[in-house]
Amino acid sequence: MISALFVMIGIALFLGAVLGFSAIKFKVQGNPLIDKIDAVLPQTQCGQCGYPGCKPYATAIAAGEAEINKCPPGGEEGIHKLADLLGREFIPFGEGAAPKAKSVAFIDENTCIGCTLCIQACPVDAIVGAAKQMHTIVSLECTGCELCIAPCPVDCISMLPIQEDITNWKWRYPVIPIQAAA
Amino acid sequence: MRQIFKFHGGVHPPTHKIESTITPIAQAKLPSKLIIPLHQHVGVRAKPIVQVGEHVLKGQIIGRAEGHISSTVHATTSGTVSAIDLQLVAHHSGLPDLCITLIPDGKDEWIAHSGVDYKQTTHTELRHLLRQAGVVGLGGAVFPSDIKAYRHKHTINTLILNGAECEPYITCDDVLMRERATDILRGAELLRELLYAKEVLVGIEDNKPEAIAAMQQALQDEQHGHIEVITVPTLYPSGGAKQLIRILTGIEVAAGVRSTEKHVQCFNVATAYSAWRAITFGEPLLSRIVTVTGNVEHAQNFEVPLGTPIDELVAQAGSKPDTERHIMGGPMMGVDLPSDSVAVTKATNCIIAASPALFPPPQLELPCIRCTRCADVCPAELQPQDLYWFSKSKNFGKAEDFHLFDCIECGACAYVCPSHIPLVQYYRFAKSEITARERESRAAEIARERHEYRQFRIEREKQEKAEKLAQKEKAAMAAKTATPIVSENPDEEDAKNQLRIEAALARAKEQAATNKPKNTEELTEQQQAEIAEIDARRAKAHQIATSEDKAE
Repeated sequence: MISALFVMIGIALFLGAVLGFSAIKFKVQGNPLIDKIDAVLPQTQCGQCGYPGCKPYATAIAAGEAEINKCPPGGEEGIHKLADLLGREFIPFGEGAAPKAKSVAFIDENTCIGCTLCIQACPVDAIVGAAKQMHTIVSLECTGCELCIAPCPVDCISMLPIQEDITNWKWRYPVIPIQAAA
Repeated sequence: MRQIFKFHGGVHPPTHKIESTITPIAQAKLPSKLIIPLHQHVGVRAKPIVQVGEHVLKGQIIGRAEGHISSTVHATTSGTVSAIDLQLVAHHSGLPDLCITLIPDGKDEWIAHSGVDYKQTTHTELRHLLRQAGVVGLGGAVFPSDIKAYRHKHTINTLILNGAECEPYITCDDVLMRERATDILRGAELLRELLYAKEVLVGIEDNKPEAIAAMQQALQDEQHGHIEVITVPTLYPSGGAKQLIRILTGIEVAAGVRSTEKHVQCFNVATAYSAWRAITFGEPLLSRIVTVTGNVEHAQNFEVPLGTPIDELVAQAGSKPDTERHIMGGPMMGVDLPSDSVAVTKATNCIIAASPALFPPPQLELPCIRCTRCADVCPAELQPQDLYWFSKSKNFGKAEDFHLFDCIECGACAYVCPSHIPLVQYYRFAKSEITARERESRAAEIARERHEYRQFRIEREKQEKAEKLAQKEKAAMAAKTATPIVSENPDEEDAKNQLRIEAALARAKEQAATNKPKNTEELTEQQQAEIAEIDARRAKAHQIATSEDKAE
């Protein structure tokens, strides 16, 4: 009877030690769900969702504080992906949050006064320039977030939609042309 | 007798090759203008290095290769550059691309050029010459040959020369082999040297007996020890690189695997010919053989200067009024040209004038009945009916799982489909959609990295500032608490300080005397009164301050 008790206590202590050890050793840093949500978001860092970037929005979604339809650059497909990931229902975009065509910022270099305000606003460091020097956009890195437009004191930044050319052209979905009956 | 192998599936469409092989290759007339696209190859578009209005010579470089995978573009005759702008090109999209328009002066005057003996030249130099000569794969893929003719990581045992030309209507390689077999084989020997390959296998479909005979004859005349001409059965698409490799060596090249990893490299016969001309005679790739066939008076092969507009070329074969469109390439994989004025490029092996009688409009697409005839003919051993299903429903992940990217878009499935489904169009749609998504997610990944780095940098700068400030404060504190330096002679020091103070006071007095208030003359009475009032207020404040001091 006594020996059985000791054996049980021994096993309990051993298992407790293993669990305690693994709790420290294999502790998951951060919330893995946040990274998964962040991977679905388009990383424009535009703040249209009301959060200062994609990661904070992902954090808010993971915490259940934000709806999944707040990301216009992700498009409806983005909402579908988030809905699939989180097991939630699809919700359409709200009023005035429709996705726009992809575009990149363009600085009119004749008007630019070199104030560096847009450089400070750019979330992905896609603007090159220095104080009292002309600025320009590195269009390959520009995410089209429009955050540089508001701070510009001379309104020299405009958004240019990305034109379709031979390098980014896509095959269309095959459609059968409807012919009028003869 | 060498053993040859079979690939899965394949179809036997009517070949229509006789029409254009009756007469030998004709030299096409110089057109009224040449439209030379700067992107005639796989890779980065060449950069124009001439100005509008500049006079150029035949063979002069007008587009410089940019980046690793790129190729050079030359002026195909002497003349004047009249424009460098966006023009319609032979591309599925029907979108314009950058082209150089050249008005020929009719003299066809060559730039100074000379060849080298490849046996006396280093391989690096030879590859450089190929790149400078703009030699690219002429079978249709237009991949720069200098990159392919490099034994990089893997040894090459077998060099395959592709003379199968399996697609209907096209006969440009056939006539080239008939007429210029010697140079093709010399080119093959050159490429074999560059790759250190042990053997060269020339695969030719058995519906070209004249070409086979000519190649065999040239082989005997020149005594090439490493080259073998092999007849393969006529079966579409045996001219696909992977299919021909399978037929000649039995080696399967899986998707995503390069044939070089299996120690095989494949070149088109016309590429071997151009490489030979480029190295031995210093002639860049300025023209190519183009089959002009279909709805024309007399179908024929022409040696065409690159940049020749299609309508001017087709006119030389006798265009017919009921031609409604032109197809570049064959009927199975060709491109419907967006306009008759687009130019012949390095990829143009054939121009088919299409009339409604020859190419009736596609029949109505009916539902898939899952007969799996497409699977029976698929040379890549795929399940086209499943790929169609997933592509149509935009289930791209599943389509990729079913090896969509193994599809070579040969069109055999659509050819046999009893429901007339344009299967290849669905696969192309799915493929380009998947690649676009991958590109987007890569861009998003970069944006994320840049954003995170920026935040890290801002944080770091903040920290550095705080540290600097803390250090400054610390230094100030240290200076305060440190014992003042005791002078050896305190009296002398005091006297010095006193002198300094006096000097400063004197300076201040002097300044006060010289600096009189300005604009104090000619004041109005009102202003005088204001000044007096302010002075009085000041005096009163001074009085109060001094009396408070006394009180303390």
